[in-house]
Amino acid sequence: MKNLILIAIVIGLAVLPLVMLSDAEFTGADGEAEEAITEINVDYSPWFSPLIEPKSGEVESLLFALQAAAGSGIIFYGLGYMIGRSKKEETA
Amino acid sequence: MPAKKVWIIGLLLVIALLPQSAYAMHIMEGFLPPLWSIAWGVLAIPFVLVGYFSIQKTIRDHPRLKMLLAMACAFAFVLSALKIPSVTGSCSHPTGLGFGTILFGPTAMTVMALIVLLFQAMLLAHGGLTTLGANTFSMGVAGPLVAFAAYKVVKKANGPQWFAVFMAAALGNLITYITTSFQLALAFPAETGGFMASLTKFLGIFAVTQIPLAVSEGILTVLIFNAIAVYGREELKDLKIISMEG
Repeated sequence: MKNLILIAIVIGLAVLPLVMLSDAEFTGADGEAEEAITEINVDYSPWFSPLIEPKSGEVESLLFALQAAAGSGIIFYGLGYMIGRSKKEETA
Repeated sequence: MPAKKVWIIGLLLVIALLPQSAYAMHIMEGFLPPLWSIAWGVLAIPFVLVGYFSIQKTIRDHPRLKMLLAMACAFAFVLSALKIPSVTGSCSHPTGLGFGTILFGPTAMTVMALIVLLFQAMLLAHGGLTTLGANTFSMGVAGPLVAFAAYKVVKKANGPQWFAVFMAAALGNLITYITTSFQLALAFPAETGGFMASLTKFLGIFAVTQIPLAVSEGILTVLIFNAIAVYGREELKDLKIISMEG
């Protein structure tokens, strides 16, 4: 129950800005920093560019999804292992 | 090289280099002038080394901790893949390193941060290779060090376990982006107003966006820590997080 409330707070924190700031663009903060840098120093141009850039937003979100999926796979594999182990200890 | 020696060299480097140089987290590829890139890289290296040896020692002493170590790294991978909308109308993502910091100490997380950042820089064009040193410093050094300190302070003051975990994760998250703002302001002082004007600007972009995310990361870290505290008592005993008895 307590966990559910905590998860609800996390979701709320992400959803509220979307609802309240309906006309904001929700771009990445790093992109905004890029703009700020070019404002401060008009002549600055990046001296190095990424070796591989995802071909599109779709490909990029695929990679991010893979990153999250692989990570949660490992977390819950470990957690499941631990839960199984403590169940076994209880019955032993 | 003994760990103590590496530590001392690291600290000396920090002290020697800090006055003239400072940068931090998820700065875009090519957006740090070369000198700054190198300076931050040099600053981060000793922490990576100490972290590498500390992880090696942990695994050698307690081989079964490998799984928990993998879980801590995976937690950082998951959280740093989640770009979450925030009150400023832009998006940013948590770091996920507070959890591992509590379990394995701050320098072990420097190595993890480096792994996550390399992955994102090489494949996702997020962050970058030239800014790897600066980003590793903000996310892998400054963040975890503050997270570790926050955890210890709350524990010393006999604060509840959940609060110590929450503060560690939330502050570690926030400090990472504050460090980034400092790094950018140092490299790009404004023509009028100089360093402070730039700092205010970057803090407005990074730090304010990050506040709700810091709270989220704190809560998520409490959730996973509680789960480990119930089912992973063996591992926590190995790590001497003995406050778990309660």
